[in-house]
Amino acid sequence: MTRIAAYGTILLGCLYFIMPMIGMAEFSLSMRRGVYSLDAYRVVLADPQFQATFTYSLVMALFTIIFGVLLVVPTAYWVQLKMPKLRPVVEFVTLLPLVIPAIVVVFGYIRLYNTSGWLPMTGSVMGTNILLMFGYATLALPYMYRAVDTGLRTIDVATLTEAAQSLGAGWLRIMATLILPNVLGAVLSGAFLTLAIVIGEFTMAALLDRPAFGPYMQILGANKAYEPAALAVIAFAITWACMGLIQMVSRLSKHKRA
Amino acid sequence: MAFLDLAHLDKSYGANHVVKDFNLAIEKGEFVSLLGPSGCGKTTVLRMVGGFEVPSAGTIHIDGQDVTSLKSNQRNIGMVFQAYALFPNLTVAQNVAFGLKVAGVSKAETAERVTEMLSLIGLADLGNRYPFQLSGGQQQRVALARALAVRPKVLLLDEPLSALDAKIRASLRREIRSIQQRLGITTIFVTHDQEEALSMSDRVVVMSGGRADQIGTPHQVYNRPATRFVASFVGTLNTFDATVTDPATGTVRLGDSTVVLNRPVEAASGAAITLALRPESATLGAGNPGDVTLMGRITEVQFLGAIIRITADLGGHDLTLDTFNRAATPPPHIGEEVTISLPPDGLVALVA
Ligand SMILES: Nc1ncnc2c1ncn2[C@@H]1O[C@H](COP(=O)(O)OP(=O)(O)OP(=O)(O)O)[C@@H](O)[C@H]1O
Ligand SMILES: [Mg+2]
Repeated sequence: MTRIAAYGTILLGCLYFIMPMIGMAEFSLSMRRGVYSLDAYRVVLADPQFQATFTYSLVMALFTIIFGVLLVVPTAYWVQLKMPKLRPVVEFVTLLPLVIPAIVVVFGYIRLYNTSGWLPMTGSVMGTNILLMFGYATLALPYMYRAVDTGLRTIDVATLTEAAQSLGAGWLRIMATLILPNVLGAVLSGAFLTLAIVIGEFTMAALLDRPAFGPYMQILGANKAYEPAALAVIAFAITWACMGLIQMVSRLSKHKRA
Repeated sequence: MAFLDLAHLDKSYGANHVVKDFNLAIEKGEFVSLLGPSGCGKTTVLRMVGGFEVPSAGTIHIDGQDVTSLKSNQRNIGMVFQAYALFPNLTVAQNVAFGLKVAGVSKAETAERVTEMLSLIGLADLGNRYPFQLSGGQQQRVALARALAVRPKVLLLDEPLSALDAKIRASLRREIRSIQQRLGITTIFVTHDQEEALSMSDRVVVMSGGRADQIGTPHQVYNRPATRFVASFVGTLNTFDATVTDPATGTVRLGDSTVVLNRPVEAASGAAITLALRPESATLGAGNPGDVTLMGRITEVQFLGAIIRITADLGGHDLTLDTFNRAATPPPHIGEEVTISLPPDGLVALVA
């Protein structure tokens, strides 16, 4: 009896999540009256706006990932090596973006870095892009830090560092040939999460008025019927592909037990 | 100055004074063990030599050069850790080559040196394996090869055998010692296992509470322990209360008998001291003239194969003695009354 109840609950939960998706997918295929077709997808993919915004977001994601890795890996390494007592503090800081709404962050940016501020970053397109990238990096920080920190915990950072030092290695070499390769799986999974976040992000891009994918989806959604559904399905597909890639890279590394 | 010279090393962590006025001079090619109980500061001394801890005071010289303020990657030392610490993302050959790559050694020479090192440790065929594909003993041998590949001036080993099981420990012990002698590399070996220290070393440093209690050859440390701590930490020991009657000739009273040690005792006449005796120094039955003879009753007989360990009650005071097994002489029985002789040579006066 309890078994049936448990399965029932799970089934109900699945339906709750899956039904809207099926509905949406079904709707995205019904642009042509009476038959299923990929017309909505054709329209969306052919739209130059789609291509432009998607490319923009992809490039932003790439830079956000590079910046995030360069920021997070050395920080997490240093905290684990030299100041393990500070770890809870750093962990708390990296979790802050989860409780501070993006809109608050971006308003703070705009107040601080506007054209009459001390560092007028919003005055130029490049400056605004950089600001947006910082914003994205902040949003991705909790995921990136967790992933890397967990990865670092699977190796004996302190002893490996000392072994490398005794063999004459300096910090740069230790980071590049020892630490990074050993947390590569973690870094990549952090990277794909970042990609998924950046592709779907709306608030920051819209308020900084950058031509990103998120605002484009919103505009499309306000003006069209079938295309937004197709776009949403595409966005889902990208996110799931990222998840799949995370799973794959974590299985690929040669030096780990299968 | 000795090849490796530690002078007046001191180390404190806050109020915790961990190493106190530590002095040690090691000649080139010597194998020296640091032996002592947990927490006595062995690792800390080793890490100061390796450049991983900065001494609070004192100096370290390697080959005439003051390295006290040098970072570990500038000291040209080889280090082997208890936890192997192989780089998990590199193959065995790449691990061994790591230090050579850092030093900018050419590809051809690196390959040659790696092959040489792998055959030195008897793992020539395993160059392409990853560390997780090796047993603990194999990993530790690779770690040794990695440390030796750069031809360091000093090799430092911190309890490299503790994580291995007894059989591999014993064989690797001999292997490390033989490689060390073949290469003639100056070595410091940290251990809390006295058997390891005594069997491998040219000299042993017995440490307690951050100090070197005694520095000497295994034979000296075992037979002439300088302090009560050394005597009790290294090997098994019987102790007797005695009174000094003549410090210059080492004449003491032990119970009803007078013993002449023929070595000066550093205590005043009439002072109470402790006499220590190794189990293998005592003999059953009447010994040589000049021996102290005591009467006792056998309370325990342990047959250990080559050795028979006998415990006797000397009237409220237990004495342990070891005799060699002889096929023709069966061991004594429990309850038997026996004479036990203690040779003055085997008696050590413990003053400190
Ligand atoms: N980084 C540190 N901070 C504070 N105290 C330390 C530190 N490292 C070591 N100690 C203290 O110094 C003392 C000596 O430590 P050390 O590791 O040298 O001992 P050891 O002789 O190697 O012991 P073991 O046989 O257990 O390895 C210990 O009391 C330890 O608690
Ligand atoms: Mg130790």
